[in-house]
Amino acid sequence: MSSTVTTGAKGRTGKGARPSRPHTAWVLPGVLFFTFFAAAPMALAFYLSFTRWNGLGDPEPVGLENWRKLIDDPRLTQSLTVTVMLTVVSWVFQTVVSLLLGVWAAGRQRNRAVLSAVFFVPFLLSSTAISLLFYALLDPNFGIIRGDTLGTTSGAFLAIVFVGGWQFIPFHTLIYQGGARQIPEVLYQAAAIDGAGRYRQFFSITLPQLRNTATTSTVLMVVGSLTYFETVLILTQGGPGTDTAILPYLMYEAGFKSYDFGYASAVATFLVVAATVLSLLLVRLTGFGAMRSTREGM
Amino acid sequence: MESYSRRWFLGAGATTLVSAAGLTACGSGGGSGGSGGGTVTAMVYGDDAVKIQTQAIDRFNASAAAKKTKGSIKLQKIPASDYPAKLRTAMGSPNAPDVFFNWGGGSIKAYQEANQLIDLTDTIRTDSVLKDGFLPSVLASGSLGGKMYGIPMRGMQPVMVFYNKTLFAEHKLQPPTTWDQLLDINTKLKKAGITPFALGGAETWPELMWLEYLVDRIGGPQVFERIKNGDASGWGDPAVLKAAETVKQLIDDGAFGKGYSSVGYSNGGAPAVFAKGRAAMHLMGSWEYPTQLGKFPDFARKELGWFAFPQYEGGAGDIRNVVGNPTNYWSVNARVANKDAAIAFLRDCASEAYTKDLIANGDVPTTTLAEKLLDSSPNPEYARFQYQMVQQAPAFTLSWDQAVDPSWQTPMLTEINKLFVGKSSPAQFVSALKGLK
Repeated sequence: MSSTVTTGAKGRTGKGARPSRPHTAWVLPGVLFFTFFAAAPMALAFYLSFTRWNGLGDPEPVGLENWRKLIDDPRLTQSLTVTVMLTVVSWVFQTVVSLLLGVWAAGRQRNRAVLSAVFFVPFLLSSTAISLLFYALLDPNFGIIRGDTLGTTSGAFLAIVFVGGWQFIPFHTLIYQGGARQIPEVLYQAAAIDGAGRYRQFFSITLPQLRNTATTSTVLMVVGSLTYFETVLILTQGGPGTDTAILPYLMYEAGFKSYDFGYASAVATFLVVAATVLSLLLVRLTGFGAMRSTREGM
Repeated sequence: MESYSRRWFLGAGATTLVSAAGLTACGSGGGSGGSGGGTVTAMVYGDDAVKIQTQAIDRFNASAAAKKTKGSIKLQKIPASDYPAKLRTAMGSPNAPDVFFNWGGGSIKAYQEANQLIDLTDTIRTDSVLKDGFLPSVLASGSLGGKMYGIPMRGMQPVMVFYNKTLFAEHKLQPPTTWDQLLDINTKLKKAGITPFALGGAETWPELMWLEYLVDRIGGPQVFERIKNGDASGWGDPAVLKAAETVKQLIDDGAFGKGYSSVGYSNGGAPAVFAKGRAAMHLMGSWEYPTQLGKFPDFARKELGWFAFPQYEGGAGDIRNVVGNPTNYWSVNARVANKDAAIAFLRDCASEAYTKDLIANGDVPTTTLAEKLLDSSPNPEYARFQYQMVQQAPAFTLSWDQAVDPSWQTPMLTEINKLFVGKSSPAQFVSALKGLK
């Protein structure tokens, strides 16, 4: 009992003890922001998923009707498949390109610094502006890439992957560049003395050292792909037919085209749960949560 | 987490309520100035024709009627493709517009059911300016369940076939009156390397027009009449299957070229394809003329021709039948604070000045004054063609997407798009639509 009191006193005044933590009130702005713009809307969407509401008047409780409809909806299966495919293909495309670019950009040469700055430009544009730009470029009659790109299933899908990559690769390149610069020079020096070539160094030193960086980047990409929306809305409107209608688009269509906000909220809730479970799984599977140092024994 | 007590959450909840109340206060504050007088907000579809509403509002705000009702009108222009969703969101919020643009029919049904519309029946009956100011059939189209909710505020919008007169002359072609003649023209154009029809297939409504006309020409207007009244088995009518097969045949024959499903209409894609001579014809609403006049004035004045959708051999539909939108309407929100100013403003839609503005823009107004003023149209020939087309039509079918129950609209459009991109066969198309609930 007495020891606790002593520790407490030390904590407040004593030198050499742990520095005192900021007052609880300091988290207030962050918590308020999160409550109003994330937690409250999510709770509201969860509530709306048990109602029928067309945006006018008061929501009318209907129990599990929307959820039953969601399970039976063949479009949900299609949407899930497209969403998963988009996530996987985008991940492969973006990871390969940004890993290589990032490692290259980590070099200290001046031309690399200049080029890295140029590469970063697409990330500064809004997704809507980028999508409109590519929509114009892909115009079958007046664009640069003529032909019915957006009218075919594979064309539309690949266009979405490419435009997403064009926008987000700069960001992930920056993450990998930062990660690669943290790798101690001594490792490469030692490897060079042992006679390891450039490729050997990349696969045996750079890649393993970037493990935590890759996890961070992957989680961001996966969650990003799940909430991808503007590009689909502007480039394909979910078409041709419903072939690129990913989950967020399905939600938008139910809400703002059919004015079935109850069903749209059920899709939204499903999306939140799926994204949360997926990112938790990723963190656990990659051992990111344990945060083991990549420099053990150094 | 435990340090965030229950009280804290209650406090946060209270803050939410306070800010929500604040928003409400702002919303109604913007729309009214207490009893009698105050600004009236008018929400409108923001396309090229919006300048007519801008002129009307300038005229009204400077008028004696505005002084008398102590009101003024404030216009909210909404970018075209977002309009229905923006309107719905606004109508569900405290910032709802007092007066708003709509298509009549299915487009205002939800607002009527939520008691958000002012019943204008008595206002119109007791006011000779409104009662005698518009074509009765068009006024009637703005009603639901026998009550009137809309004042016509734009031109008539029948759908017809537009064609490039220069290209037709070059290849010695005449506007067709039968389907076989049309197919013959298609063949000749394709041989010359010209796409027969422009089609903005990135959006579904231009594709919808093909089915609307084909179903009418093959099976007559009563086929859709049955569907419109909520009978999904009406999609099983042989005319629907035949129309879908005809569409597929057109696609397979290259009547729309190859890239049509990536071309939009609202972004100017299909009008440009047509105006630049890459395609010779365009099935479109009458707004095609003002659209072309705005973007390609030379083409609109010199090369643009038009004809009625051809007769289908052995079909039940009259060539004089029309599909499209009778016009657009202003409806009044039940929560309007300055109703007098709103009604006074709507009366201007029947005026000679408003009619003249519409005509100058290439529109054909639905006002009774229009007939004698049509000669001042930038294209009197086109204006008279349209006026007579609507006046003489045995049946005027409202655009399907505006006519059906809103819950059918999206799935119906999705199925039509799937038919046009080859994702479903005509038989699959029919069976999917028969399954609509």
